[in-house]
Amino acid sequence: MTVSLALLIPMAVLYACGVYLLLEKSMTRVILGFLLIGNATNILLLITAGRPGSAPITDGGSEEPYSDPLPQALILTAIVITFAVSAFLMALVYRSWKLAREDQLEPDAEDLAISTRAGARAETPEGADEDTDFQSDDPLDSSDLDPVLQGAGRQDEGRSATESAAQADADASAESGAEGPKP
Amino acid sequence: MISLVPLVVLLPLIGAAAALLSSRRPILQRGITVVVLAAVAVIGIVLLISVDTGETLVMQVGGWPAPFGVSLVVDRLSALMVSISAIVLLAVLIFAIGQGLADGDQETPVSIYHPAYLVLAAGVFNAFIAGDLFNLYVGFEILLVASYVLLTLGGTEPRIRAGTTYIVVSLLSSLLFLAAIAMLYASTGTVNIAQLSERIGDLPAQVQTLLHVMLLVAFGIKAAVFPLSFWLPDSYPTAPAPVTAVFAGLLTKVGVYAIIRTETILFPSPELNNALLIVALLTMVVGILGAIAQADIKRMLSFTLVSHIGYMVLGVGLGTAAGVAAAIFYTVHHIVVQTTLFLATGLIERRGGTTSINSLGGLLKASPIVGVLYFIPALNLGGIPPFSGFLGKLGLLEAAAEVGTPLAYVLIGAAAVVSLFTLYPLARTWNLAFWRPRSEVDNYESMITVELHDDPWAGRASGAVTGSTTATRSLSGWMVGATTAMVAVSVGITVLAGPLYALSTRAGADLQGTERYVSSVLGPKSAESRLGPDGELADDPSNVPAEEVAP
Repeated sequence: MTVSLALLIPMAVLYACGVYLLLEKSMTRVILGFLLIGNATNILLLITAGRPGSAPITDGGSEEPYSDPLPQALILTAIVITFAVSAFLMALVYRSWKLAREDQLEPDAEDLAISTRAGARAETPEGADEDTDFQSDDPLDSSDLDPVLQGAGRQDEGRSATESAAQADADASAESGAEGPKP
Repeated sequence: MISLVPLVVLLPLIGAAAALLSSRRPILQRGITVVVLAAVAVIGIVLLISVDTGETLVMQVGGWPAPFGVSLVVDRLSALMVSISAIVLLAVLIFAIGQGLADGDQETPVSIYHPAYLVLAAGVFNAFIAGDLFNLYVGFEILLVASYVLLTLGGTEPRIRAGTTYIVVSLLSSLLFLAAIAMLYASTGTVNIAQLSERIGDLPAQVQTLLHVMLLVAFGIKAAVFPLSFWLPDSYPTAPAPVTAVFAGLLTKVGVYAIIRTETILFPSPELNNALLIVALLTMVVGILGAIAQADIKRMLSFTLVSHIGYMVLGVGLGTAAGVAAAIFYTVHHIVVQTTLFLATGLIERRGGTTSINSLGGLLKASPIVGVLYFIPALNLGGIPPFSGFLGKLGLLEAAAEVGTPLAYVLIGAAAVVSLFTLYPLARTWNLAFWRPRSEVDNYESMITVELHDDPWAGRASGAVTGSTTATRSLSGWMVGATTAMVAVSVGITVLAGPLYALSTRAGADLQGTERYVSSVLGPKSAESRLGPDGELADDPSNVPAEEVAP
């Protein structure tokens, strides 16, 4: 099967840029990355149709090679699906932005839990038993959730992800001092 | 009989449209959803009985013959999965309706819930009966898009946050799947599973391995197999209880189903079996260690879900008929039990006001019925002898012992240990939430408030919990009834384990060797070297042209 470089190179570039953008924290870039990867996959499907330049439609009687219609049907379906999902993603990101006034994704709760747990472990003496595991399970401090729960849009953009992580860290170490007895 | 096949997908889709149109009349909408799912459950069982005689039902959509058109294939495995999924979907739907009635529909915006739920059902069923890899992709997309809507219902921040992870991960796996389909098509010139199965063997070994790995990674993300499972415990627990229940029960199993098909029909060669076994081992162990560390019941159950996916992958990875049969039985058992446990957790949440075992207590006294409804599936999941969980695990371990390689014995040991470890978090939940007196919980009031504040999921609209006073709500009869029905189904699987296991064995035997599937779909003519008396349905002229299910 011969592959046209004119399709192959854009596909590779789109995949590369898409993966790069998908790894960003900003949701807008994640959407763009998804769109690029989606289009790269569509081009990949187009490449599978074989050599370019053959007739799109023949009357069936001619001996000439004609291009394979199936990949085009697959691409159409894939485009429709990508389109619908992108629309949903944009609505989701808009909603997220309305709630949090941030394009950045909130730091992952579990990651915070692990980092705070590691911090707490380092500072508390070895006497702490394994029950600590489900004590320090809940990492987001109240300042993270409260403005959202109360429906107040957060106008100040001061709190960056690292700050909140550091704050959670500090809270956890403060807690771990107070949490002596276990159920 | 053959005309029933497309109805499995069409009924939910038409029902979804009707439910969307009747969004202003909640009673009509609920009625449509219940009737549609009940109808599909009946159709599923009829199909199961009909294919269990040995014939495979193949519907060529639009009357196009097999390699050109879209084939819908119902064999024993498909029919079994469709039936059990429809029953589970119906029970969860009744639970959700009960919850909606009890809450005055504040929590679940009912107008979109029912259509999305039906679309999800259509996607699941479509994936189960797809005889075409691209149709499988479309089925996955239908169910995923519906699941995005259901997961982010209400649009609160925790759900949006969890939904973002889930959606981005799912999209990536879908694109990987699509790329794999493109490559399969480029190398074989077909997307029909039966024809692929004939042609893949002729490809160079490296190409086969590449395609095989791509498909397994794509399905592995959907099935939440270990290195690809981290999205699951983050995203499932935030959704409303009925949504989590149906996701946990069904969505990962669609991935497992796709892995079973990949391993048996598309790539029957055993080259990646050892890799699958190692992945199964890691999934079981890492998943259950995660479950032990969780305080929140929903999160704990999500981790046990990941862990138990490992058992199914173990059965598939053994590569023998007995292994696949045990994996099928275990999948059916796990769909029912995991869903039941999540429904019971929904009841616990209503009675206790929270799902954190730090702040639950005295539930056995407060509502013994919830205790029973939690206890039976918990024992079942943990694999206590009389129950189906034990029988499924026993089947898996026997199949592994038959294989008898050192790796298989390692897996037998790991599976037994993980089974014990599964009991630990379940029993701990029982001890703290049900046996611990309420008064003992109150002694830890200060700690409870701390817990509640930094529980990342505590901000759900419903959980108006402050201090030690928990906002408990009454249980609606429908919710208890639906959960009881699910417990009854899980007990029924135990009682009927003999016939069901025999059915799973026949389904596993069907998948041993690709000839059966191929000759059923393509007809005996294309498979000259084979004796395929059961292939005549493929050319049945009475095929009714039906609507194309692909959008």
